[in-house]
Amino acid sequence: MIEKLTSLFKGFRDWVEGNGPRPENEGMPPEAPPPLPFTLKPPTAHSARFHELTIRERRRLWLESYGGDLFSSLYVGIGILACVLFVFVLLAAVAELPPFGDPGNPANNEVVQRYVERGGRETGAQNIVAGMILDYRAFDTFGESVVLFTAAVCVLMLLSTVADDSSSRTAPCRFVQNSGLTALKPVQNSGLTALKPVQNSGLTALKPVQRDDAILRGVASLSIPIILLLGCAVVVEGHLSPGGGFSGGAILSAGLILCANAYGFDRVHRVFSERTFVRSSSGALLAYAVMKGWSFFSGANHIESGIPTGKVGNILSGGLILPLNICVGLVVAGTLYSFYALFSEGEI
Amino acid sequence: MVASTGNSLFAVEWLLLIFLIVCAVFVSCARDLLNAVVIFMSYSLIMAVIWVLLQAPDLAITEAAVGAGVTSLLFFLALRRVDRIGHSQEKKEEHHD
Repeated sequence: MIEKLTSLFKGFRDWVEGNGPRPENEGMPPEAPPPLPFTLKPPTAHSARFHELTIRERRRLWLESYGGDLFSSLYVGIGILACVLFVFVLLAAVAELPPFGDPGNPANNEVVQRYVERGGRETGAQNIVAGMILDYRAFDTFGESVVLFTAAVCVLMLLSTVADDSSSRTAPCRFVQNSGLTALKPVQNSGLTALKPVQNSGLTALKPVQRDDAILRGVASLSIPIILLLGCAVVVEGHLSPGGGFSGGAILSAGLILCANAYGFDRVHRVFSERTFVRSSSGALLAYAVMKGWSFFSGANHIESGIPTGKVGNILSGGLILPLNICVGLVVAGTLYSFYALFSEGEI
Repeated sequence: MVASTGNSLFAVEWLLLIFLIVCAVFVSCARDLLNAVVIFMSYSLIMAVIWVLLQAPDLAITEAAVGAGVTSLLFFLALRRVDRIGHSQEKKEEHHD
């Protein structure tokens, strides 16, 4: 325990002093600490000259010989002290927070009152959170979806192996093993921005070994339908029960990833190819933009869509919330799955 | 700090919070990166349960799906990419062949 604590403290000190990563972790020879600038031997009290010095000179000498150590220990001590002080300040701030669920909290203002009192009637959503994020504040959710989509596009641009001419779809993996490190080597292709796979003769591409795992397949065959069904239910019932497009889309993508791991990416590719991804994601985003951007031009405050809200609690209620949830779910599911596929295989 | 309705629930909440802090500390202390990811997964799972107890089921579902599920999957993938997991086993298999 004490050894662990001392090693932890040593690692922390290394990190504070910028000595790089823990040497033990990297399997490298332990790095000697850099010599301090002041390596003079302090004059001993027995030397003849020491008695002739004044107190001030003695102090200067001591600082010159021990100053480096003093500085580093002071540095660490002050750092720890600052951290502890910061923690206490934060804890004090937390202690000053109003109690949880108190009706007199400053967060309980007229906005919350309006949402709670009239949210169901105005949005037609039983799940008031869905009513908020997809009706009152639908444009924020649109921004979130755009952020995810942009991230997916960037990953696609960086990691995709699809060349400019779509006929030459080559080896899916362009990670090159380089002396223990996996280096990304994009090759500029004579004016083309397309990234061609690097194929070095002696180096093996890092394709994950596809093993015939009976246990994984058995569990997957049982659980994948349940997972996908649950994802669809969470997306479609977003306005009735907890959940919604984002969480449902994440569940769907988890099911797809499990399918890809158990049965191989080709199996998923039949259902969800890159073309499907591009079309569904951009189509869903466009549909979202049209549905919610339109309310800007109509002058409504994001609520009056012209679609009847229906009876609260029915599946076909809530006006635009159901299609918006489906759009967000499509974008999220496609994006998260494509992240996994791109990082793993180099293509969707 | 935490909404509590009964004494037993209160105890469960404190237990979960303590476990959460333990997980958070041990994620940063774990030498093995695979262990760190697994502990991080359990952290997300505990957080999801706490969200349910705080009556935020929306957040609980998202935390369980994204935090415990997809994020950890991406972490595992990254570890495989940098040869931190699955390397030795594959080497063994190569020797067998």
